[in-house]
Amino acid sequence: MKRSIISISLLAAGLFSVSTQAANIEVSVTNLTHGNHFTPILIATHDGDSQLFNVGEKATPALQKMAEGGEIADLNTAVTGAGGMTIMNPAKGLLAAGHTADSDMLDTGDNNYLSIVAMVLPTNDAFIGLDSWMIPSEAGRYTVYINAYDAGTEANDEIINGGGMPGVAGIPFAPSDDGGENANGVMDGSQNMHVHIHPGVLGDTDPAGGASDLDSRIHRWLNPVAKVVVTVK
Amino acid sequence: MKRTDLTFKPSLVAIVLATTLLSACGDDNDNMPPVESTPPAAVMQTFTVTVTNLTANQPLSPVFLAAHNAETYLWKVGQPASVAIEMIAEGGDASGLEALENLTASVTGTNPILPGMSETLTLSVEESAVANISLASMLGNTNDGFTGVNSYNIAGMEVDAPIMMRRMAYDAGTEVNSEAKGTIPGPADEGEGFNEQRDDINFVHGHPGVISQYDGLADSVLMPSHRFDNPVVAIKIVRTE
Repeated sequence: MKRSIISISLLAAGLFSVSTQAANIEVSVTNLTHGNHFTPILIATHDGDSQLFNVGEKATPALQKMAEGGEIADLNTAVTGAGGMTIMNPAKGLLAAGHTADSDMLDTGDNNYLSIVAMVLPTNDAFIGLDSWMIPSEAGRYTVYINAYDAGTEANDEIINGGGMPGVAGIPFAPSDDGGENANGVMDGSQNMHVHIHPGVLGDTDPAGGASDLDSRIHRWLNPVAKVVVTVK
Repeated sequence: MKRTDLTFKPSLVAIVLATTLLSACGDDNDNMPPVESTPPAAVMQTFTVTVTNLTANQPLSPVFLAAHNAETYLWKVGQPASVAIEMIAEGGDASGLEALENLTASVTGTNPILPGMSETLTLSVEESAVANISLASMLGNTNDGFTGVNSYNIAGMEVDAPIMMRRMAYDAGTEVNSEAKGTIPGPADEGEGFNEQRDDINFVHGHPGVISQYDGLADSVLMPSHRFDNPVVAIKIVRTE
């Protein structure tokens, strides 16, 4: 008796896991940081063979563009080219600390996984990341807290110099104009070239020099850095 | 200004708002005489909530724990903190939260929870009123850092089936994180607690961590051991009856 119930439920679970179910979802992203912005956010649903990023592996050129300069077009092209469905830039620009971006309805089609990325600004190559979160088939409201990752493509020198193109050292700019200038740069020779959890920025309290152009009282964070709420209709 | 010390006076009153459930029938008919009947004995559900301090050197102020309906939140990220949250976040003073309306039940711990230590609080709620719980406590050696649980649904919990969770540190956004002498009520400073002035960004957000005097903040009274990372508390909820 008991055993048959178990086997039936296992069978049911198995069936659900292989079937792809179209769902309508809405996604909101809240910036939990004290004083960092998120660049335009990419919300992507995709199949199990696709990923926007993969911890422990090297960033793709498309991911590097996003993490160093906030450019999500190449990632979007890659996802949609593989049958994924996306929402680009739900905040219609930068998402400031304490603010929430609410997406429009997204029809996931055949895609069971949700991924989200956006650059954390001002940083060298930090990004918020949700990697292949399985979209529940049951309607409801789901909350996920996500971390800041380091793309591993650029040294975290913390120098604001307009550098945002892949391979160009430096931070593009500080959106709230609260960065410093003339920093010597934070240099420690670390060479983790794979995507990893971001160690956080150092910053200093000297806007006219010092090691960093970031402000330790404004730009630091602890993970998690974003709250994601997914509403499955 | 007023100084609320972190010796954390024992919670003044454990306000247990009795649930009023004597509402009569939804009367379309006002002429009916009230039906005299003995209400059935209230069935209670009891929950124990164990809070473990995961930090290196941040005493947690006496924990405030409350049961309430599903629509109540203690704070919202991105929104200004209530004065009640500001009071606990800046001074470890739970009295504002204890005085909130529409709490089904509440209790506040009697002592700070020291780093590495745990405390278990107990809450009993009439079964028909079981919905959400919230919890809040200050990270004592910060300007306005706090942690907690914000409206977690416990309806339908089975007896003796614990739920475990870990929670992050928030910044109330009501007091600038100067870490300066005289501004932190915990043992690192024994400075000021609640102060109604708001001189920070005035919205609740994820705490960016403390810097300490060893990491370049010249006026900081904090030491490396006062730094913390998320999560800052482990929480175990058990329904015991």
